[in-house]
Amino acid sequence: MTEYLLIIVSAILVNNIVLAQFLGVCPFLGVSNKLSTATGMSGAVCFVITLATVVTYLINKFFLVPLGLTFLQTIAFILVIAALVQIVEIVLKKISPSLYQALGIFLPLITTNCAVLGVALNVVTKEFTFGDAAHMLNLGEATVYALATSLGYGLAMILFAGMREQLAMNDVPKSFKGLPIALITVGIMAMAFLGFSGIV
Amino acid sequence: MSKFGLITKGLLKENPTFVLVLGMCPTLATTTSAMNGLEMGLATMFVLILSNIVISLIAPVVPDKVHIPVYIVVIATFVTVLQLLMQAFVPQVYETLGLFIPLIVVNCIVLGRAEAFACKNSVGDSALDGIGIGLGFTLSLTVIGIVREILGSGSLFGWKFIPGDGILAFVMAPGAFLVLGYLMVLFNKLAKR
Amino acid sequence: MALSLTLVCLVCSAVLGVVYAVTSDPIKAAEIAKTNASIARVLPEFDAQPVAESIEVGGSVYNYYRVPETGYAIISTVSGFGGPLSVMVGIGDDGLVCNTVVLSHSETPGLGAKCQTDEAFLGQFKGWDPAAKKLAVTKDGGDVDAITASTITSRAYSAAIANAYNVYLKLRGNE
Repeated sequence: MTEYLLIIVSAILVNNIVLAQFLGVCPFLGVSNKLSTATGMSGAVCFVITLATVVTYLINKFFLVPLGLTFLQTIAFILVIAALVQIVEIVLKKISPSLYQALGIFLPLITTNCAVLGVALNVVTKEFTFGDAAHMLNLGEATVYALATSLGYGLAMILFAGMREQLAMNDVPKSFKGLPIALITVGIMAMAFLGFSGIV
Repeated sequence: MSKFGLITKGLLKENPTFVLVLGMCPTLATTTSAMNGLEMGLATMFVLILSNIVISLIAPVVPDKVHIPVYIVVIATFVTVLQLLMQAFVPQVYETLGLFIPLIVVNCIVLGRAEAFACKNSVGDSALDGIGIGLGFTLSLTVIGIVREILGSGSLFGWKFIPGDGILAFVMAPGAFLVLGYLMVLFNKLAKR
Repeated sequence: MALSLTLVCLVCSAVLGVVYAVTSDPIKAAEIAKTNASIARVLPEFDAQPVAESIEVGGSVYNYYRVPETGYAIISTVSGFGGPLSVMVGIGDDGLVCNTVVLSHSETPGLGAKCQTDEAFLGQFKGWDPAAKKLAVTKDGGDVDAITASTITSRAYSAAIANAYNVYLKLRGNE
């Protein structure tokens, strides 16, 4: 049980996907202008990352590894993610139009969000140390890791959107307007998150 | 646009990092030193040129509905080729850049150029466009790498000229965002002149 | 439509298959060269082809290389400050640590990452006798002088060597 707790704390705070691992920065900067869109995007990302990680984990374990085709990981994963996003979009439209309205417009953007492919590849290629010895994640741990990582994405995104809304009302020097000041703000945020390192 | 213009536009006018603001993830993650930035830039350029060439060749015969998946497959193929070549001949570099080599697949610059340029231009022009944008990307990454390496470890391309540790924050995550932010300010300021 | 996508996929897989076939030997050669270089650094004499073997000690599986008449090169991975810290530890047949080398790490640049380069830190393990001196940092009552401001990394590094020594003891016991 403690193992799962460590995974969650580490993935959300210590190795935050945006602020420490630099994954999914483009949409992070792109849709964080308003709190409402940031929340919608976070929800969609959470859903897709968790689903994609589970599916790619299974494909890797029961298809690519037994056939000795692990060098096809990149190409197989990106196709699976693209297909998955399409399916999620269609299913969501059918069964829950209200959820589709909230998340729908973000879904096509997610295929090229490197956070999804990044987490999927990380889970199957990297060893993790939670507790004493290093090991590859099993399916349960991989799912929890993916969910926690995407929650970390949401946390960073929502915090940042809140700050950006405040920032928009302030008088920023002309050359700093837009992305530069946003990047500097993220830099300071990343510095704050450095304070979490070492707690796991 | 002249052939020369195709190559040089990526450096300033359509600089992928500072003007188009694309491909932020590798830009931030791999620029801990000038050398790493340069290597990442070159790796991306390799994929960009080849995928531009192939996509400009096949674009006329690809049905409109599936053009995005087809482009992604082509790009992913070249990325995998790059992965295998790097593992075989420069394993050290492959290890340093790690996850960000396979992630070239989802680098918006590559797909962006395929969509915006390669699919409606000739093979030659697409190749030049790949070289131009690739050079711009490589240059930006190297510049960010140079600034971070000087501030963070007091060295340049591995040559140490300030003894001691340097300002470590610049090698770590926050420094990446800060340096990119301030360089963008500088770029805006100079570009407005 | 589906046909063209299938066609593209087929062509691409064919290309990848060829590239994979061409590069698979150099990739293996590069991996072996890397392992050989590491073993050569942690043990005094080494010229043969290493054979990776593994053994289970205390619930974890360790990979090691046996160099006959000389000693063992044992790979020990522990949890460092920023993630897994993987160390190759060379232990001679006399039971003394010969040398250590970091295989992979995710420690803080400039602080914990010094465990790869800090001569004062790494030097103390050359000829270390784990039977006589305790593999723990001085703060924890051991004999290892930690890297300044990187106690957690130093602690992990010491633990990695201590684990490797336990593996060594078991291997000697089996012989």
